[in-house]
Amino acid sequence: MWRTGKVNKTNNNAWIGRSIARLEDPALLRGGARFADDLATPANVCHAAFMRSPIAHGEIVALDTAAARAMPGVVAIITGAEMLAHSAPFITGVKVAAPQYALATDRVRYVGEPVAMVLAHDRYRAEDALEAINVEYAPLTPVLDAMAALEGLVLHPDTNSNVLHERYFSYGDPEGVFAAAAHVVAGTYHYPRNSCTPLECFCVIADYDPGEDAFEVTANFQGPYTLHTVMSRSLKVPGNRLRLKTPPASGGSYGVKQAVFPYVVALGVAAKIAGRPVKWLEDRFEHLTAATSATNRVTTLRAALDKEGRVLALDWDQLEDCGAYLRAPEPATLYRMHGNMTGAYAIENLAIHNRVVVTNKTPTGLMRGFGGPQIYFPLERLLDKAAAELGLDPLALRRRNLVPSGAMPYRTAPGALLDSGDYTTSLDRAVADGGLDDLLSRRDAARAEGRLYGIGYSVVVEPSISNMGYITTLLSPEQRDRAGAKNGALATATVGFDPSGAISVAVSSVPQGQGHRTVLAQVVADVFAITPKDVSVMTEHDTAKDPWSIASGNYASRFAGAVAGATHRAAISLRDRLTLIAAADLNVPPDEVAYGAGRIFAQHNPDNALPLGRLAAKAHWSPLSIPDGAGVGLRETAFWNMAELTEPDEGDRINSSGAYGFIFDFCGVEIDPDTFAVRVDRYVTMHDAGRLLNPMLADGQIRGGFAHGLGAALLEELSYAPDGGFQAGTLADYLAPTVMEIAELTILHDQTPSPFTPLGAKGLGEGNAMSTPVCIANAVSDALGREITALPLTRSNLAELMLEAEPPGKAKVFHGHALEGRGSTAVPASPEEVWAILLDDNRLAAVIPGCHDLVKSGDNSYRADVTLGVGPIKGRFAAKVALQDLDPPQSLRLVGSATGPLGRSEGEGHISLHPTREGTQVDYAYTVRISGKVAAVGGRMMDGAVRALINLFFKRLVSQTGVREERFDPSFWERLLALLGVNR
Amino acid sequence: MKPAAFDYACPDNVGEALTILAERGAGARICAGGQSLGAMMNLRLMSPEVLIDIAGLDELKSIAMTGGAIEVGAAVTQAELLAWPDLAKTQPLLAWMLPWVGHYQTRQRGTICGSLAHGDPSSELPLALAVLEGEVLLASRRGRRVVAAKDFQLGMMATDIADDEMVVAARFPTAQVGAVSAFHEIAQRHGDFAIVAVAAVGNRNSVRLGVGGVADSPGVIELKWPVNNDQLNDFAWSLGGADDQHATARYRRELVRRIGRRVVDEVRDALS
Amino acid sequence: MRYLEAGKRHAVRFTLNGELVEGEAEPRLLLSDFLRQTLGAYGTHVGCEHGSCGACTIRVDGKAVRACLLYAVQMQDRAVTTVEGLAAPDGLNALQAALQKHHGLQCGFCTPGILMSLEQLLEEEPGADEARIRDVLSGHICRCTGYHGIVQAAVEVFGEVFGKR
Ligand code: FES
Ligand code: FES
Repeated sequence: MWRTGKVNKTNNNAWIGRSIARLEDPALLRGGARFADDLATPANVCHAAFMRSPIAHGEIVALDTAAARAMPGVVAIITGAEMLAHSAPFITGVKVAAPQYALATDRVRYVGEPVAMVLAHDRYRAEDALEAINVEYAPLTPVLDAMAALEGLVLHPDTNSNVLHERYFSYGDPEGVFAAAAHVVAGTYHYPRNSCTPLECFCVIADYDPGEDAFEVTANFQGPYTLHTVMSRSLKVPGNRLRLKTPPASGGSYGVKQAVFPYVVALGVAAKIAGRPVKWLEDRFEHLTAATSATNRVTTLRAALDKEGRVLALDWDQLEDCGAYLRAPEPATLYRMHGNMTGAYAIENLAIHNRVVVTNKTPTGLMRGFGGPQIYFPLERLLDKAAAELGLDPLALRRRNLVPSGAMPYRTAPGALLDSGDYTTSLDRAVADGGLDDLLSRRDAARAEGRLYGIGYSVVVEPSISNMGYITTLLSPEQRDRAGAKNGALATATVGFDPSGAISVAVSSVPQGQGHRTVLAQVVADVFAITPKDVSVMTEHDTAKDPWSIASGNYASRFAGAVAGATHRAAISLRDRLTLIAAADLNVPPDEVAYGAGRIFAQHNPDNALPLGRLAAKAHWSPLSIPDGAGVGLRETAFWNMAELTEPDEGDRINSSGAYGFIFDFCGVEIDPDTFAVRVDRYVTMHDAGRLLNPMLADGQIRGGFAHGLGAALLEELSYAPDGGFQAGTLADYLAPTVMEIAELTILHDQTPSPFTPLGAKGLGEGNAMSTPVCIANAVSDALGREITALPLTRSNLAELMLEAEPPGKAKVFHGHALEGRGSTAVPASPEEVWAILLDDNRLAAVIPGCHDLVKSGDNSYRADVTLGVGPIKGRFAAKVALQDLDPPQSLRLVGSATGPLGRSEGEGHISLHPTREGTQVDYAYTVRISGKVAAVGGRMMDGAVRALINLFFKRLVSQTGVREERFDPSFWERLLALLGVNR
Repeated sequence: MKPAAFDYACPDNVGEALTILAERGAGARICAGGQSLGAMMNLRLMSPEVLIDIAGLDELKSIAMTGGAIEVGAAVTQAELLAWPDLAKTQPLLAWMLPWVGHYQTRQRGTICGSLAHGDPSSELPLALAVLEGEVLLASRRGRRVVAAKDFQLGMMATDIADDEMVVAARFPTAQVGAVSAFHEIAQRHGDFAIVAVAAVGNRNSVRLGVGGVADSPGVIELKWPVNNDQLNDFAWSLGGADDQHATARYRRELVRRIGRRVVDEVRDALS
Repeated sequence: MRYLEAGKRHAVRFTLNGELVEGEAEPRLLLSDFLRQTLGAYGTHVGCEHGSCGACTIRVDGKAVRACLLYAVQMQDRAVTTVEGLAAPDGLNALQAALQKHHGLQCGFCTPGILMSLEQLLEEEPGADEARIRDVLSGHICRCTGYHGIVQAAVEVFGEVFGKR
């Protein structure tokens, strides 16, 4: 047998482990990189824009696109009807009757859900046409809260509950342990909706070839490529008829760009119908409203402890909110952590109750940390609470429970095989090197001055390289048997020499800024003892031409462990073959062949040498001269998989990931006692992510994850009003940290290689998205002496937690939320006169602010065209008004709604008339719900606008009584109208 | 996120701008820097029929001292006023507040008068104008008029500018001898709209306290020394305020009490 | 008076990175779209179209401004610089090189805008300290880097440039 040639020892690992500058950077810095929206499109491409639901929940009663279709530049309008005709619902991991198409078909279930799509010559004209589409909705009660979903209106009529998945798990003997435990602590925690919001939004360019019945799509998709099957099935073609390409550069993802897949289907169908290529570039408003979100989760966690603070058992009750539809790969957020639900601790007994509900919010999906922040927030909060109740130091309690040194690889109760690391040693080193003692004295000093200063800790295992079988843990063992085993985490890489002797690499990962080109060039450079600059790494991926598999893609931190590993394998195989060729040429045995400085030479006679490129070219130019066994065509594709990633066993134990890094964080925060602003004073993070391939890039990933974690802790929320209106439609409302909010970060590393990955590396880019939110929350809790059960810790949220009863004031102000209120006004006319105005069409029209046209549509019900707004912001709305529960001349109910391009509002007012000496006292109570665009971008303005409109209603009522009331200064009157943007 | 179609007018002088305003009325919109207007038009919250670009009008580009006030023309950017060498000594409060207006990049283009005309109750310049008791100069084909700050902003993004009028300048009174000012702003992030912004100007007799971010327009109160917490509390309540996704009304009132105290005390300390 | 009607295309001419460029634009065409789609200058990125993210920052007559809040027709006879004009095609300028050295970019989508802001600051205030640099950078959102390398790079370059004066 031939033996492998050796790399010259002095060059061994010259590149791996070094912080070399990135090969990607020059193009990016000069504006020369090519992102999806930069790619050339055919001249006949048309541009898509989406009409989206302004309401959280409702039936689509009517959809009229005729006027929009007739507008200049409009090519086609696609609605749910076309989706039903040309596509199939998206397949999901949980088999439930809750179908989702790329466009809503009969019901809308979240604000921002696509309802129709306009194709036009340019985006401007497409957006013009959106304003001409009329949709009539019959609103349904929205279900916003995960707890409320358990009882609320069922979103998907063919299911009988909003709980689309429920399972219980038990490992060890949790009941017995809890029953006998010395201490039991419990807490309920709420993880909010947030998103990593990459700076580049989604982009899809689709074309359809009717001759082949094949789709060709370019999208800044990031994987997982399991979704390729979801897309091709939805487009009703076999996988080989959906060619999916990714662009060379992508502007960040952090998981988010998984969620472009429904739009691949939408654009595919659109291209098929239009008969020409179609392009869509998501805008920021669409992205924030409707792209995706982390799951929000309500967790009740109990821990059983012994007297020394050893955690003997955990009992998780997780209620996961996946938004309006379970969109693949959900409910994966809930199961990604399944094997490591015991955190970094040796806990033998575990109970888990998992439920997944749907609510009227944007469907959820991949997000940096995926499932991690949702479990570590409760787990690490609860350990602080346990320490406090037991009178132990929170760090000592954690240390006591760590998976012990020397226990690796360690099998956790739910089945994870923690691969490597020495948790206690890493923790102790971080305490020493990170300066915990100093931080503790800083806290003492601050507190001695009466300042609010706290310290927080968190300990986390960071899983990477997801087992493709983990999601099947949600099935019962019987269901799994029927469905067939799912397992593994197949990675592929191709390394080859071209006829010039130059080397190229292609992988089925689609980088979004992580520096894959640089790292792969380092890996391959070491194998051939060349420099990274000699290696060309292709970052575009094409499912029609490049090898790939379901696990392909850039997610689950699988790059360093799996993809770089597969590349290494491919490069080694290639080198083995090149070595054979070289041995023949140099006339030495293969084990005499060595590589160095771009040359191949005889180890004991370095002058007997050839340039590497020349030998490599020979395989192309002179295949007949290649020795037997070396094979022709110097190109190797490696498929790498991990034997440890088996499917769940009958006991539901699952090794959900291939590698597990260790993280220990501690931080000090100071809180401004007046404003409750949290300042992160110091933050130390210790990582053991195995072998670091490029430490500079590793630190970059850690800093990026930290920024997301800090944002999640303090600022970021995709917030919804109680009526389902989405409130964070701009980057002035969704608060990503800027350079002013970020904190300095001290990074420490240990490097215990993973025994299971080819290069000993593990993922590390997601860890701080898991560890940082809770570490900061723990520090805030320590500073304030209060339990923290929800995020984000905005100033206002902390103020509401801390403030005592408010001192009363003299001024009479409106209490509560102005969108719901009551009031009273005097009208100088008798109740009968007032009544007559309200029931007279013409005079009612004059009372309703901004009313142009009031048409009776039934008994006491009307349709009207109204112009409403705040200041210069105004829009036309189609309104419906009805008077109900008439009790003349004493009381009635006024019910109305208004729908237009700016959004939709619904309101209801109860009006009662009481005779007084001067006329009538009108008492009113109202509720208003506003959703859609104005609510998403103008939340600040809403209350003032509603209050002003209601005032205006009554002023006009007064003026209808014919009384020229002196109290109403005419210039004020004019101004008020101007304020409301009302055209009289 | 693209604006609806509009005509673009680039007048050569204010007179031409006023002619278009007179002809087109509410359908026309003045664009100076366009930093608020442009964003709202991209979101199609506003769709004017004609946009009148006054950024290039030299007659609106002056910063001058007139009758005890700094008169700032409608085309003067926030960055230009900030860089005006006399600013800190003639009106230090403005010099403190301007860096809080938007960001470096939006101040390069955003104008002083545009921000006033936009009338966002959470932004700094309307608050500065209100607490300094400045004035706005309006012009139309009908003539010119001067409107005092308290009459200028009527509410949320609502001002006294008539449909055929435009702002040609704003006047910020210069600091009186012996007067002292202070400013604090609480926002979620640096450069965000204020949750609460508090500015004060005081002399030996009294302090004028202004608050932005709470009510629909900046609230101003004049208080004689000494100022007690009950007065601040009553002021806080009088502003009302509402809950939104960034802060509760109660937190806003609490900030008025606390930051109001801080600002008033800073003025008092500087005076003594 | 220049009066351009809605819905029609009008000739626009300005200099882009020192070279005269021409094209046609409707009044409403955003400068960011004109640069990218009409002129093919893809280096300027778009991240929000409402002035909040800073990705589209370019320089007009030397001032760093948001291209998404400007209209192409407003650029008549002006001097526009974008990231493509910062360095020779095969080189990097000081800020670019420092960003690479300090790993101040990952996906690089925010980078062109950040460079344009820092360029103005470097020209006008070479003595800017870290606090001032941060203040200027706060007009940009970067979701990848946590800003660390960006601040380090800028501080280093400003220090060197100022040191040489
Ligand atoms: S795209 Fe212009 S600031 Fe975001
Ligand atoms: S490098 Fe990706 S957003 Fe800044």
